Amino acid sequence: MSSVEFRKDLFADERDDNLQEIGKPTRRQDILGHVTGRSPYYDDHLFDGLLHMRCVRSPHHHARIRSIDTSQAERMPGVVRVVLARDVPNNLNTLLSLINFGKDEEKLIQDTKVAYVGEPVAAIIAETEGQARDACAAVRVDYEVLPHVLDPEASLKPDAPVVNEIYPNNTFDYHDLYDHQKLRFGDVEKGFSEADHIVEGEYQMSPIEQAPIETCGAIAAPETNDRFVCYTSTQALFFSLGTTAKLLNMASSRLHFVGGTVGGGFGGKVDSIVEPLSVLGAVLTGRPVKFMWDRAEEMQVGAPRGAERWRIKDGVARDGRILARTFTGFFDAGAYTRLSSYAIIKCTGHIPGPYSIPNVASNVYCVFTNRTPATAMRGFGITGVDFAIECHMDKVAETVGLNPIELRILNAYRDGDMKPHRRLAKNTALIECCQVASQKSGWAISADAARQSSLTGGGGSRADIPESITDSVGRIGERRRTDIPTEPGMGAASRGRVAAGTQGIPIVAAAPQDEDMITDPARMGFRHAPVAPSQPGATPSSPVPPSAAPSAAPVPPQQNAPAPQPAPPQQPAAPQPPQATPDPAPAPYKPEQPFSRGVKRPGVSRFLSGSRRR
Amino acid sequence: MTKKPVQFQLNGSPVAVFSDEGQNLLDLLRRGVGDLSPKYGCGQGTCGSCTVIIDGEPRLSCLTLAETVEGQHVETTNGLANGPDLHALQEAFMENFAAQCGYCTPGMLMAAKALLDRTPRPSRAEIVEAISGNICRCTGYEPIIDAILAASGQPTRRTG
Amino acid sequence: MVTVTTVDTLQEAAASSAGEAVFLGGGTLVMRSVNYGELTVPQIVRLRSATALRDIRADGTRINIGAAATMGDVLRSSEVSFLHPVARQVGGPAIRNMATVGGNIFAPHPYGDFAVALLALDARLRMSDGSETDLESLLAARDSERRLVESVSIVRPAGDDFRFRKVSRVKPKGVSVMSLAAWLPRSAGRISGARIAFGAMAPTPVRARAAEAALEGATLDENGIAGALSAATQGLSPPDDGLASGWYRSQVAPVHLKRLLLGGGSRP
Repeated sequence: MSSVEFRKDLFADERDDNLQEIGKPTRRQDILGHVTGRSPYYDDHLFDGLLHMRCVRSPHHHARIRSIDTSQAERMPGVVRVVLARDVPNNLNTLLSLINFGKDEEKLIQDTKVAYVGEPVAAIIAETEGQARDACAAVRVDYEVLPHVLDPEASLKPDAPVVNEIYPNNTFDYHDLYDHQKLRFGDVEKGFSEADHIVEGEYQMSPIEQAPIETCGAIAAPETNDRFVCYTSTQALFFSLGTTAKLLNMASSRLHFVGGTVGGGFGGKVDSIVEPLSVLGAVLTGRPVKFMWDRAEEMQVGAPRGAERWRIKDGVARDGRILARTFTGFFDAGAYTRLSSYAIIKCTGHIPGPYSIPNVASNVYCVFTNRTPATAMRGFGITGVDFAIECHMDKVAETVGLNPIELRILNAYRDGDMKPHRRLAKNTALIECCQVASQKSGWAISADAARQSSLTGGGGSRADIPESITDSVGRIGERRRTDIPTEPGMGAASRGRVAAGTQGIPIVAAAPQDEDMITDPARMGFRHAPVAPSQPGATPSSPVPPSAAPSAAPVPPQQNAPAPQPAPPQQPAAPQPPQATPDPAPAPYKPEQPFSRGVKRPGVSRFLSGSRRR
Repeated sequence: MTKKPVQFQLNGSPVAVFSDEGQNLLDLLRRGVGDLSPKYGCGQGTCGSCTVIIDGEPRLSCLTLAETVEGQHVETTNGLANGPDLHALQEAFMENFAAQCGYCTPGMLMAAKALLDRTPRPSRAEIVEAISGNICRCTGYEPIIDAILAASGQPTRRTG
Repeated sequence: MVTVTTVDTLQEAAASSAGEAVFLGGGTLVMRSVNYGELTVPQIVRLRSATALRDIRADGTRINIGAAATMGDVLRSSEVSFLHPVARQVGGPAIRNMATVGGNIFAPHPYGDFAVALLALDARLRMSDGSETDLESLLAARDSERRLVESVSIVRPAGDDFRFRKVSRVKPKGVSVMSLAAWLPRSAGRISGARIAFGAMAPTPVRARAAEAALEGATLDENGIAGALSAATQGLSPPDDGLASGWYRSQVAPVHLKRLLLGGGSRP
């Protein structure tokens, strides 16, 4: 088959051509467990005395909580414990705080204001699931219903209700500067002025639920040695463990997480909601506690792939070459950030799709609305904008009267081209993809298009970083005061220029909010971290002089470079005991509260009953 | 809470167990008996992952009141293998990549077994119909259909 | 908590359910409510054995179907082969081995496709107190009905007089955007006494009386049915749900009615 040959040729130095896997079944390692019904999903661990936890959820999009009356629920049959916000030791988190991205903003259990339908305001732990359900129905919550906003653009208006108090402008704050993520490459206005056609389009997608057949859930139980075991459906075991440790203000060494057998995830099982709640239940009751979403909860509060709205504007030459392209994107994050902030970073790196366009600008907004928070799902951040881009390519092809496959080949990126996020494209294969697609579908393309190759024609002047026009519209908070345009460059009173060849502007990320999150080499087993940078890549970035052959290696943002000097944990103000040697190395890590037992000898839960295990 | 005694045959062996009032068969099998092979996916008859065979017919254990299986014969995936010998369906699911996460697999296997018990050489259309109440989110249905064809000794897309 | 009472006869069950307990048929609706804690009165009454109520039997010109007959029973009975395309459209195989004819009559929107067919076929119902009623009157007061259905009686339609069509978004198994059934007795090519029923177009299955009237004396062709199509949704205000808006249902109902009337029977 020609197409297979072809890919071999293309990636000759990168892949093992002896693989013979595509197109035929492979026996999975875990398949025996699957076909015998013995693969251990989290709910396949039996515990004597298992308790069941369920949440009382907001029926409103947006409401202030005046009071929560649990007195009737507490007296219901089988109820063991009512859990409220005050029971959560450190009740504020954002999922990506573990990688120091974004501000803590979401409570595990709400006590002041709900911002989406289904947000938990209390949890009930009872002997049976049915009893927990009945008791949840008996909790009385007095809500003051607030105006809500469900559309991301409505949410950007100055008078829009504030969804999430931590982000009072209804947008995620990027780099402590802007209410959106900017990308500027070249001069789009110049590109538009040189174009023969301007093609504009708007594309909207809906939220998509991952809908795994196994719903999200976890079972936690006290082990001996003061630890807690947690069997979970998570797709991100250490993420869930870290999040649980943070929310429960508990050393992670006291948590024993068991996962890995997941009944479908597709991104919907990274949000680490069920794990902290079930462990909290086990802490509060001293018994094994299961917290499992039913199907209705999975669909209602399970975080989906968020909805996106895209506006694309192209300046196109008569022959079909795209000279300039701008994007205005709105990610509907729902009420809290979860992973939407990161989706936008991914998306901005992907813009303008697999095409070489000399002038590109984008403004992408992570907008809070009173909808279910959005999170990861298979290629999130990319799929939505790709949908928009490819619809738009067809629209461009129609406008200039070109075969849509040929239009793509004409504008396709090639090896050595500079992408707008200032990395060189390599291993590109869009042209070849298009050629195979035309063959397979019988959609004829011209001989010239059929001769093109991703391996040639790229690089050279196409590898240059142009002088780029910048603006400072959309600083954090500006939109709350006045209605300002969302499109790139619009409404700018003044413009700046970034010299041609500038690789990137180093952005200093926010300081870690929690000292415990500071990466300390001593904690990872290094006695004396080297102070001097040992590799050139570790030097702080500086503008790279314009050159004909830019380095393929991107200049790393300062914060991501291996830190030459680890930030030491804060020293107590009390006078230090005199040191025997003037060792400049930071003092060994010493947590405020010593980790308690359990690290050396993981215990076996007294609730695990051998007779019932198969 | 009232407990009711229930006796039935599970995979050929007698079982006597107490069920809670209103308890469904899925919960009784999993927590009461300890047969963890049927899975919870929806509790409302949409997904089919709790499919078991009762008196020769595929049924949904999450919608079956536990006490109604008194005296009946229940089959689950746990009883599909004969000692160390896997059932032809299990072999075929293994060889045809008919599972990824594996969560829908026990239900699929029961739906398929109920079909093959009555129709040893089903057509492709009959297979599609037989698993139409079972949702798979990862693998896709084609490998599953192939596996059922293979288990009934018929050619698949690949072999055929 | 839920309590379950087991009784031996339908009459006892009816007496219990008059005390507001819910009767457990095949379980597909009641157990779902139990699982989700949605029973308004958490009391269930059930029969020890429903075998006697599962018979499907021809009785002169009429066919009697026991209320506890499952969709699977219908599919295995050659007496009611004209109802096979209907039963096959209810759930997947496992659901069909559980869901009963009697339960389908009480299935809330958007379920109850089998009842749509029975409504078009002018089904008569024998009730637990020995009385008889027609399906249409029962559906009109379904929520307050305290009797139980014992059996359903229908006349076997001639030739291709009976048609059924279910419209759903998911194939081969999906919930109804709408279902349609028609009984079109004809003499000398002209329709006389047509009955058309819609499912998922109202809280219960309903007749499309205006369309029926428009078909009186008409021929079964494009011109003949034009009046019925324009009157298809007269008097109906279809509900919104997750599958379709009421507006959408109204817009597409004539299209599907046309396919039902001219398509010559059911399609999978």
